[in-house]
Amino acid sequence: MQRMFCKLLLPHCATKSQPVQTAHVFRALYSSKSKVPDKPMWDSINYDKLPKLPDTDLALVEQLERISLVEFNNEAGLVRLRDAVKLANQMHLVDTEGVEPLDTVLEDRECYLRRDEVTEGNCVDEVMSNASKVEEQYFVAPPGNIPMKKRDKDHLSRVLDSKADTDDVV
Amino acid sequence: MRVWTKLRLSKTVCLRKFSFRSALCRPRTTVICFNCGSLYKGKVTQFRTFCFASEDQRRNLDLEPADRQKQSQTSWEPVIGLEIHAQIKSASKLFSGAGTQYGASPNTQVSLFDAAFPGTLPVLNQRCVQAAVRTAQALGCHINCVSKFDRKHYFYADMPAGYQITQQRHPLAVGGSLTYVYQCSITSFVERRSARLIQIQLEQDSGKSLHDLENGVSLIDLNRAGHGLMEIVTEPDFTSGDDAASFVKDLRDLLVAIGTCDGRMAEGSMRVDANVSVNRPGEPLGTRTEVKNINSTRNIRLAIDSEIERQIRVLEGGGVIENETRSYDAEDGQTIPMRDKEKLLDYRFFPEPNLPPLVIHCDHSTISPWSPSLSVILEKDEDFEKMLLPEQQRKRLEEKYGVPLIHSVVLVRQGLFDLFEILVNQHSCEVWATTAVLKTPYVAFLDDHKVDSEESPVSIEQLAELIHIFQREKISSSSLSLVLNELAVNSSISCQSVIEEKGLWIVDCDDVIFAAIDEVLAKNPQNVKSYKKGKTNQIKVFTNKVIKILDGKANTMRIQQLIKDRLDKRF
Repeated sequence: MQRMFCKLLLPHCATKSQPVQTAHVFRALYSSKSKVPDKPMWDSINYDKLPKLPDTDLALVEQLERISLVEFNNEAGLVRLRDAVKLANQMHLVDTEGVEPLDTVLEDRECYLRRDEVTEGNCVDEVMSNASKVEEQYFVAPPGNIPMKKRDKDHLSRVLDSKADTDDVV
Repeated sequence: MRVWTKLRLSKTVCLRKFSFRSALCRPRTTVICFNCGSLYKGKVTQFRTFCFASEDQRRNLDLEPADRQKQSQTSWEPVIGLEIHAQIKSASKLFSGAGTQYGASPNTQVSLFDAAFPGTLPVLNQRCVQAAVRTAQALGCHINCVSKFDRKHYFYADMPAGYQITQQRHPLAVGGSLTYVYQCSITSFVERRSARLIQIQLEQDSGKSLHDLENGVSLIDLNRAGHGLMEIVTEPDFTSGDDAASFVKDLRDLLVAIGTCDGRMAEGSMRVDANVSVNRPGEPLGTRTEVKNINSTRNIRLAIDSEIERQIRVLEGGGVIENETRSYDAEDGQTIPMRDKEKLLDYRFFPEPNLPPLVIHCDHSTISPWSPSLSVILEKDEDFEKMLLPEQQRKRLEEKYGVPLIHSVVLVRQGLFDLFEILVNQHSCEVWATTAVLKTPYVAFLDDHKVDSEESPVSIEQLAELIHIFQREKISSSSLSLVLNELAVNSSISCQSVIEEKGLWIVDCDDVIFAAIDEVLAKNPQNVKSYKKGKTNQIKVFTNKVIKILDGKANTMRIQQLIKDRLDKRF
């Protein structure tokens, strides 16, 4: 985060070639001065400079609904989505040239490695305590990504069965 | 079902597969194996696909098989890349302390983290990292000293968190290659090939779903969820099912040898996804389909070959290949589409916020002395350095002992390399005899008794004695397995006495052999007649019959020579 603040607050220092030095300068200031400005600061945003909002067509809505598992119930929801994208688009105004993306504030730490020992498990009751439906120690879920053919066959067999029935009647 | 295109008896280059029946009509036709491109002369006895060798190809015998293969398939070029998911051999899971035992009762090897309970956090297993680093070293990859974890999202019942922790942007290792031995499943053609790797990444396995089609539900067992996987991604360097299957077999041998994966494909320890496309030569790659979760080397070959055939059929029929995920149905021998279309999926990769970067240290100096964490160091391990990897074992068998590649493949795959060296070096067995005994009768014997060579009921001394008898040509190769089985039952007995008892000494009394030969010739005047007309391959028929009379206790080459002498003397 520090690196980003440098650019935001001290644009004059942030030369492309010296991002590291910038960080040092900032750290020096950081100790003496608060990041929070004394007075409210307002900045007007020129929306013409921002990328155009993507078209929210039906296909996009359907894709969003599918991956978020949330339905857009009404038009107000769609308007809010568009506003959210518009708001987020303001980020394009920030100069991020030469700044490496920050994944985590712990990026200078190392991932902790544990010993390969079995210390957990054998707690079926706890693990399944939240399951809405259980069968012989298995979670029961709606049918998943099974090959299409099997379903087609089912469908066929039903047709075939009904035909056999009518034959019987005849 | 294969769809045979019209048989074209080529004048120049025949590009199509044809039914072997036509080859059967012409027993001496030179044919090209459709798979490996090697020339095959003589009778085609199995239902296989070959393509006629053209005049040019027959004349150009020094042409490389690979080039010949290209010539024989110029209409379409299949391109295959593999993603191999190998389960890491570790006691506990990648990010949790639950066990990894195979076949445990459902949902018992599950920690709260594996079931994605809120508030649980991943803690990385040092052994899994070590195993992936070791694998990367064995495959000659560049190991990234800093690698990162990402979340790959998809909504599926056997992935309770709704995402898989994997390494997409900064994987543990990149590059590398594996030299493997291409084995044709039709002819005995073998060849060294090399395939390049793109990357090796650490990731979580998913749980298992049992589909109960009758009740329309899936039953979920999370025992496998969170088991550490190495995903090994190759460049699209393969051209056929055989090619890809040979690679996977050798990769499996390597992983088992260095102890990072148990390689039990039947238990799902190694699963393969194959990306398959076909294109016209010289044109850009075609649209690929992904055949998922293939779990045996045989199915890899069959799945890829049937998918190639399907794509060619669709394209030649004017259709379009869709980018989709398919699965292989071993019963029908064809691939079928899965219900989720890939283009509808959006994995929404983003950095895993709960895991800081994974650091692999070059030496001890960079490790913080007060860190409570274990660490993985890229140090040269002496035992590891000394160990011969499968490819090195094959090289040594060939270069030091002169064992042909086709045999060294078998010896190394069956883990008989050490035994071979002991027999040859310490028991002064001859190389040809040792190879002959180990590669077929001994392998079959171990297979029958379901044991490894280390726990074989036959001691090395007994085996050496048997090989010595065999190399003096005192016993025929068909009697070897009888002796081995007898030794397994009664280990105190010596080879000599087993052979004596069972009367397995080779028949070298000329009178007996000649009597048998005369008997065979007298009984088959028709065959003698055709031999007279110049059909010299009748010799083999006679030889087999004579050997049958002698109960297999005969040296094939010698019998063949004697029959030839006798026949030539007659006329």
